[in-house]
Amino acid sequence: MTATLSRREWLLSEQPASRRQARLGQGYRTWLALRANPLAMIGLAIVVTLVVVALLANVIAPYDPIIGGDLRTERLLPPSLTHLMGTDEQARDIFSRLVHGSRITLMVVALVAVIATPIGLLVGTTAGYFGGWVDTVLMRVTDIFLAFPRLILALAFVAALGPGIENAIIAIAITSWPPYARLARAETLTIRDTDYINAIRLQGARPVRIIWGHVVPLCLSSVIIRVTLDMAGIILTAAGLGFLGLGAQPPQPEWGAMIAGGRRFIIDQWWVVTMPGLAIFVVSLGFNFLGDGLRDVLDPKARK
Amino acid sequence: MSGATKTGGRSRALPFAWKATKLLASVALTFLGLLFVTFLIGRVVPVDPVLSVVGDRASQTVYDRVYIELGLDKPLIQQFWIYLQKVFTGDFGESFMTKRPIVDDILRAFPATLELATFGVILGTILGVPLGVLAAVKQGRLADQVVRVVGLIGYSAPIFWLGLLGLLIFYAKLGWVAGPGRIDISYEYDITPATGLLLLDSAMQGKWAAFRNIFSHIILPASLLGYFSMAYISRMTRSFMLNELAQEYVIAARVKGVPEWRIIWVHALRNAAVPLVTVIALSYAGLLEGSVLTETVFAWPGLGQYLTNSLQNADMNAVLGGTLVIGVVFVGLNLLSDLLYTLLDPRVRRRT
Amino acid sequence: MSALLTVEDLRITFPTRQGPSEVVRGVSFTLGRERLGIVGESGSGKSQTGRALLGLTPPPGTATAKRLEFDGIDLRSASPKQWRALRGGRMSMVMQDPKFSLNPVMTIGRQIMEALAFHGRSGRAEKKARAMAMLEAVQIRDPERVFRAYPHELSGGMGQRAMIAMMLVTEPDLLIADEPTSALDVTVQIEVLRILDALVTDRGMGLIFISHDLRLVASFCDRVLVMYAGRVVEELKASELDRAQHPYTQGLMNCLPKIDNDTRPLPTMTRDASWAL
Repeated sequence: MTATLSRREWLLSEQPASRRQARLGQGYRTWLALRANPLAMIGLAIVVTLVVVALLANVIAPYDPIIGGDLRTERLLPPSLTHLMGTDEQARDIFSRLVHGSRITLMVVALVAVIATPIGLLVGTTAGYFGGWVDTVLMRVTDIFLAFPRLILALAFVAALGPGIENAIIAIAITSWPPYARLARAETLTIRDTDYINAIRLQGARPVRIIWGHVVPLCLSSVIIRVTLDMAGIILTAAGLGFLGLGAQPPQPEWGAMIAGGRRFIIDQWWVVTMPGLAIFVVSLGFNFLGDGLRDVLDPKARK
Repeated sequence: MSGATKTGGRSRALPFAWKATKLLASVALTFLGLLFVTFLIGRVVPVDPVLSVVGDRASQTVYDRVYIELGLDKPLIQQFWIYLQKVFTGDFGESFMTKRPIVDDILRAFPATLELATFGVILGTILGVPLGVLAAVKQGRLADQVVRVVGLIGYSAPIFWLGLLGLLIFYAKLGWVAGPGRIDISYEYDITPATGLLLLDSAMQGKWAAFRNIFSHIILPASLLGYFSMAYISRMTRSFMLNELAQEYVIAARVKGVPEWRIIWVHALRNAAVPLVTVIALSYAGLLEGSVLTETVFAWPGLGQYLTNSLQNADMNAVLGGTLVIGVVFVGLNLLSDLLYTLLDPRVRRRT
Repeated sequence: MSALLTVEDLRITFPTRQGPSEVVRGVSFTLGRERLGIVGESGSGKSQTGRALLGLTPPPGTATAKRLEFDGIDLRSASPKQWRALRGGRMSMVMQDPKFSLNPVMTIGRQIMEALAFHGRSGRAEKKARAMAMLEAVQIRDPERVFRAYPHELSGGMGQRAMIAMMLVTEPDLLIADEPTSALDVTVQIEVLRILDALVTDRGMGLIFISHDLRLVASFCDRVLVMYAGRVVEELKASELDRAQHPYTQGLMNCLPKIDNDTRPLPTMTRDASWAL
């Protein structure tokens, strides 16, 4: 006689019957804990909105972000029903530009995360696992990168490579991986001498397999928390580079560059500067809320 | 064994000196790496450095001559060595934008950033520490949430955007503060430059009208930097205070009947002060980064603006010189914060 | 011997994810100017009982009782001001580990003088004199050096003696000793206990001695309270411990190693679920 459990009961069961059930159950519990945190939910909503808006930009934006309207009559219009956030000095609808700019923001965040995280993990786990001179050399390199403030180093790289969104992404990624490496190394050091790692070593696994198959998954959760919390900083750095003219080049609707462009008109046409800044602010805030919430849930030691 | 204590004096001196030497050697190595990174970045530039000197109409002989002059024919390591030598003698090259030695430009710009960042950190500390203590003591309640949100805004808002809005509201609309720049031209020649820190110079020379003018110029950008500094400092203070308030000695103090205010401000804060001072030093370092964008918004003639101007003029040498200086100051501040930690913790410092 | 402390039905509850959890469930006893020992294993609630007597139940825990009186004062309704006068002045507590219970960034002298600062009025010179006298009373041979020392510069035994000095310098009527020797080496334990013994006798204080060590409590105290799972399972005179009635107490007595017996297999404790009810 099989008892039928609701899906929720199955997920929360104290005796999971399979590894898959245990994993799903763990994920579900994490989700429940996260859901209890209102700020984290707001953050998640903002991030999801960003993704949706970026994906559906063409559908959501009412006007073309690059081609403006009539330069005689539609420049610098205040927010209204026809132009939700007004128009800029080239008669482009700001709301549409923001919507399309979300693609750039999402791309920057995603690419930086995708590039910097594996590098950081690799450097950190290798340094932590092997120790000795490998550790010293790798950590020295990491320290050198950490010795510069992030924006400044990114500035220097973009100066060398030339302005443009790809170079900006590379520059930010180069300056982002060091903290992840430090974190991964710290985690690796605590895991390195545990019995289960020793057991795998005794079974003859090679270091590469140990690191990638076992050490990295254990580091993953704290690195993910760190990356999420970092994303706000990445967005702000990218916006800063854009503001200085070093990111996406005009007429691309990059939010930081939009602020720089609207600077001249700030006194009488405040919306040109305020709207893109609000977008940056809200998205950063969302990632911060989400990251804080994730940390409270996944890393109870850090809970205040 | 009843009460043997650690021997002070000479037997503590030796390990301390050894530790200090190792620390300095480590920092020196980092500096070297810093230099190498900036050197390499300089070589990555797609712009031909020879062309930027001779222009693109020069003849081949001129090109070749300058090529050799710049040492570009030598192997990379040798070029690095020459670069090192130049840097240690203070020769960062010449800015082709200002046609002056870069080191002069940097020295002239530095005090402006120093003044701004110092003022910012002071504001951040004066506001951030009490707010952090408040948030810790009222943990979970409204005051705590408010402080956390205020701090969170500091982590999420683009500093240049807030700066622009600040100018819009406080300068353009309300007229409470002066606009961009450090000082109005009418006052600029009143003061003989002494330290380069205008607030200090004008006060020392008794030029109070100029002092007021300088103050009204610096207050907005300093408050902006101070806000960001406060966000970080208050968050860390809260964290450290929560840690201390959970300790046994706090309970022991309560057992003694010590009033709560004293437990918070004398017992717990004094213990939290040890890591807190390092946080303040780190915040100072972080303001260097913030100053780059702030100075651009406020037309502040400091290192940050120098960097961005050079950047926009593709003056690579100037950019690298500025980056290097900022990197050195950053490392120096981090080092200072490490040293302060060892100095302030009585468990670690030497007893006379 | 009038009652110094009266406790009736003390209950301490902590909220947990599974609902409120009662860690102390109806403890009652009275204390005169005598020595009472509270013995129990970890989790029995003995430490929490001690803290509750000083009103120091850590939030989010709450302590309630039908009666909680110290020398006629109803502690349940005491204002913070009253508590500040009581704590240190008339009731005090010696804690387990001086490494943690002394403020690491303050000198010993300052910490002792601070106890005096909030009870009674005396000038700085007088406070210092009293602090030094107290340090001598706990048999610290070089009181001037210890006065100027930081806690980490003292050994465990010295630190605990400094703590005792700090907590007794205001001459309270009641002392709660929460595992005062558990963090010390065995040889040092005896010394510290001797000092505590002398001071408590000299001043005619009431003492509550909380420990997990039954033999220690038995030799030191007049009466013993045995706690298990938040309840007092037995209360008896220290001299009558071998005639304990409750099976838990009997089990504890059996577990004490005896030098002249060869009990094999070594006795273990079999716990009856009914004790936890």
